[in-house]
Amino acid sequence: MAANPMSQFEVYSIGPKIQIGSFDLSFTNSSLFMVLTVIVISLFFIVATQKKSLVPNKMQLIAEMAFEFVSKMISETAGKDARPYFPFILSLFLFVLVANLLGMLPYSFTVTSHIIVTFALAFFIFIGVTVVGFAKHGISYLKLFVPSGVPIFLLPLIIVIEVISYLSRPVSLSVRLFANMMAGHTMLKVFGGFVVSLGILGGWLPLGLTGLELLVAFIQAYVFAILTCIYLNDALNLHH
Amino acid sequence: MEVEAAKMIGAGIACIALAGAGLGIGNIFGSYLSAAMRNPSAAQKQFPNLLLGFALAEATGLFGLVVALIILFAF
Repeated sequence: MAANPMSQFEVYSIGPKIQIGSFDLSFTNSSLFMVLTVIVISLFFIVATQKKSLVPNKMQLIAEMAFEFVSKMISETAGKDARPYFPFILSLFLFVLVANLLGMLPYSFTVTSHIIVTFALAFFIFIGVTVVGFAKHGISYLKLFVPSGVPIFLLPLIIVIEVISYLSRPVSLSVRLFANMMAGHTMLKVFGGFVVSLGILGGWLPLGLTGLELLVAFIQAYVFAILTCIYLNDALNLHH
Repeated sequence: MEVEAAKMIGAGIACIALAGAGLGIGNIFGSYLSAAMRNPSAAQKQFPNLLLGFALAEATGLFGLVVALIILFAF
């Protein structure tokens, strides 16, 4: 393993090289971990709901907890109208969470530490929320950019600011997740290199940092999902 | 000035963003604690908001890191 803390983010192709036009569509370690993430989630839910009972066993309890956690999150932030989007938010949350957690395993690859992955997720959320907003409110969805109670002479400035802040949503949503993951894993690697020189007492520091990273992995998945809910709330319940 | 040296200085300056992130995170946790001490029964309900605010504030500092990385590697 190279000493460079950035080498862990390297994407390399596994198996045969597939090239269509100018696009390299080879199966990479990034795709492998994405497939692995989906397999882990599916397997877990299939096994957990195998023997459904009124008094749940441990695995069914965890599955129900994840289900209820997302359900509560949606109803608290986006209201009743967001109910149909529950499967999407649940799969989004689980995908980001499990991808983050799989990345915490030693020598594995963190899918979410690449901006193209998180940007693709965030961009589709952005497009979807905009489409939902226009489908529900028609052209009056543009009222989102005109906050009520603003003096008329301030409106030209406010509208520009609101439009820019709306358009920067996918960027901030994706950069937040990607930067957190990348910074965390770089930090772990750098501190991991200090273990011997920190001595017997200080050498335990990376263990604490690993705990912190596990927390961050969960928090970032939570924030990604809850911000999606908040954007959805803006699109569904247009009130000012 | 050489471009390489200017890049290093720029990347270092981009880390000033950490000051803002530190202020923000400290402010959020401080405010949460002082509010939770006043009204402990309402504290648990605001815990998700605490996490949300923490993540939002932390991200601004990491944007500085991204700027530093762009300066170092993308140009």
